[in-house]
Amino acid sequence: MNQPPRPNSFRAGPDEDGRFGIFGGRFVAETLMPLILDLQDEWNKAKSDPAFKAELEELGAHYIGRPSPLYFAERLTAELGGAKIYFKREELNHTGSHKINNCIGQILLAKRMGKTRIIAETGAGQHGVASATVAARFGLPCVVYMGATDVERQAPNVFRMKLLGAEVKPVTAGHGTLKDAMNEALRDWVTNVDSTYYLIGTAAGPHPYPEMVRDFQAVIGQEAKEQMIKAEGRLPDLVVAAVGGGSNAIGIFHPFLDDDGVRIVGVEAGGKGLGGDEHCASITAGSPGVLHGNRTYLLQDGDGQIKEGHSISAGLDYPGIGPEHAWLNDIGRVEYVPIMDHEALEAFQTLTRLEGIIPALEPSHALAEVIKRAPKMGKDEIILMNLSGRGDKDIFTVGKLLGMGQ
Amino acid sequence: MTARMEQRFADVAAEGRPVLVTYFMGGDPDFETSLAIMRALPKAGADIIELGVPFSDPMADGPAIQLAGQRALKGGQTLAKTLELARRFRMEDQGTPIVLMGYYNPIYIYGVERFLADAVAAGVDGLIVVDLPPEMDDELCIPALAKGISFIRLATPTTDDRRLPKVLENTSGFVYYVSMTGITGSALPDPSLIAGAVGRIKSHTDLPVCVGFGVKTAEHARVIGASADGVVVGTAIVNQIASSLTEDGHATEATVPGVEALVRGLSAGVRAARLAAAE
Repeated sequence: MNQPPRPNSFRAGPDEDGRFGIFGGRFVAETLMPLILDLQDEWNKAKSDPAFKAELEELGAHYIGRPSPLYFAERLTAELGGAKIYFKREELNHTGSHKINNCIGQILLAKRMGKTRIIAETGAGQHGVASATVAARFGLPCVVYMGATDVERQAPNVFRMKLLGAEVKPVTAGHGTLKDAMNEALRDWVTNVDSTYYLIGTAAGPHPYPEMVRDFQAVIGQEAKEQMIKAEGRLPDLVVAAVGGGSNAIGIFHPFLDDDGVRIVGVEAGGKGLGGDEHCASITAGSPGVLHGNRTYLLQDGDGQIKEGHSISAGLDYPGIGPEHAWLNDIGRVEYVPIMDHEALEAFQTLTRLEGIIPALEPSHALAEVIKRAPKMGKDEIILMNLSGRGDKDIFTVGKLLGMGQ
Repeated sequence: MTARMEQRFADVAAEGRPVLVTYFMGGDPDFETSLAIMRALPKAGADIIELGVPFSDPMADGPAIQLAGQRALKGGQTLAKTLELARRFRMEDQGTPIVLMGYYNPIYIYGVERFLADAVAAGVDGLIVVDLPPEMDDELCIPALAKGISFIRLATPTTDDRRLPKVLENTSGFVYYVSMTGITGSALPDPSLIAGAVGRIKSHTDLPVCVGFGVKTAEHARVIGASADGVVVGTAIVNQIASSLTEDGHATEATVPGVEALVRGLSAGVRAARLAAAE
């Protein structure tokens, strides 16, 4: 395949139809189109409204706890004996992950649009918890769709959502994971389009969601860039993040895309290996297709039926990926690699024991890639990794896998 | 628009009644039963056939059609086999228009050019692709029109007068008015609202307007047919098929006759529709 020509900037997308190259777009039922166009108008207005920006920053500072720290992982660096490893500590945000950055932004939009009800889909439950949290904070009822399998493996988050006043609706279709939850949320939205705001948790779906979610999450990369310059006087050599739908990854990648010296790696869930069907490596093992409002890389069969996928991490258990990642892959700016379940599990334990930080299973995938690369890099080189969520929700899953008796 | 579609609307209009459009899922529960159902539909009074193409993630469909799609996929149905259903049906029936209804991804993966060539060869007259709004017309709508295949668009209660011209711009064959915001198989809204909406759409286009989503009985068909050019029945047929199957999802002797009986009743409903309007 011919490599497309290098654009002047990697940060200019999407075009006005929501496309990143051939990816993205607005593949939705007609019922939703007027609403999506309204949302786009409102988003365009909000982007240039100083009052919106001020409110976002105020809530960011005092409700989320921004800026999140940039942390030099001294013991991990010493153990691996190579590049210096820094974490962007998004797991210290209110609600325990990066998801809240996007939820605060979108609920402000929902209020501006006069919507009175919030729906959301969730995989690991981090986005569900963040949605339930902002819904409580702004006094709106919230329904969270969650695959039945995920309800079981992420029980602590289900309980948190319920305490926050959200209604959690388990979805039994398919494997009962994130894809099925998203289908059900879309059905709810089509039915209750007048009153309801669909708070999508990842940088995917119909335009303008991929752009909007990215812009709300780009605060991660913007802060990290400033913090890194303050700490080291220069930019990192390598930026690494885990990719499911890809919101934490695009959030940290985007501000670095035009910095030539910075290599960028997205880590997909390799599950039990790419040979069979039990993985979620949409880019490394999938092909372009159309699902959930956008064209992107998908896991699918020869008839265009979407496969279920598998990951140890509920948050990465999705057979697609945000369209901007698909484009960044094809254009060669970002490299995407798979990490297997067992590698993520090992990385999870390594970080817990060496740094006293329990990471979520999602960033444990990114960490496993860092652990592979750091020893091969020079001691004067710098890795920046997005530690996107904390692992409290995963301790029972991990305990079971490690055979720690309960 | 294909000559066949045009002819059918003209013939039925001459009878002074609305058309009956019947939807079922291709391959539910298996290919041969599906073909038998398809052949039975015109005999029972269906004027146009919507042939469902199964998709793993039918975002705009309710549980009944989701399950029908899963049964079809389990039975080995593919887009290629759905085109084969159309081709086999067309060998025996040259008059009944066939509209394929589904989602874009299977067509995109099949390849748009190859799909359109095979659809023309199979005698397909129109397409309804749920997740291709007018903003995405370059994908399939424009190429389909160039091949003489109608692209039938859904208009919904959220399609206001500002939006309607955009929706109608490249629509051909007929306009499918979805009588509610929601998924397939929901409850039927107030008929007077439907009549108002049909009138609103007709003030923007000369195309026939067919109404669906929520039509389950002959009485529904009669009431809706009083104002619309056509009545679409889907979930009721799919439910009828589902209720006739064995526990593990296989067809029984009751499967095809059950659909026939239901459609015969619906057909009587549309034939009484204009009488109702004149009352």
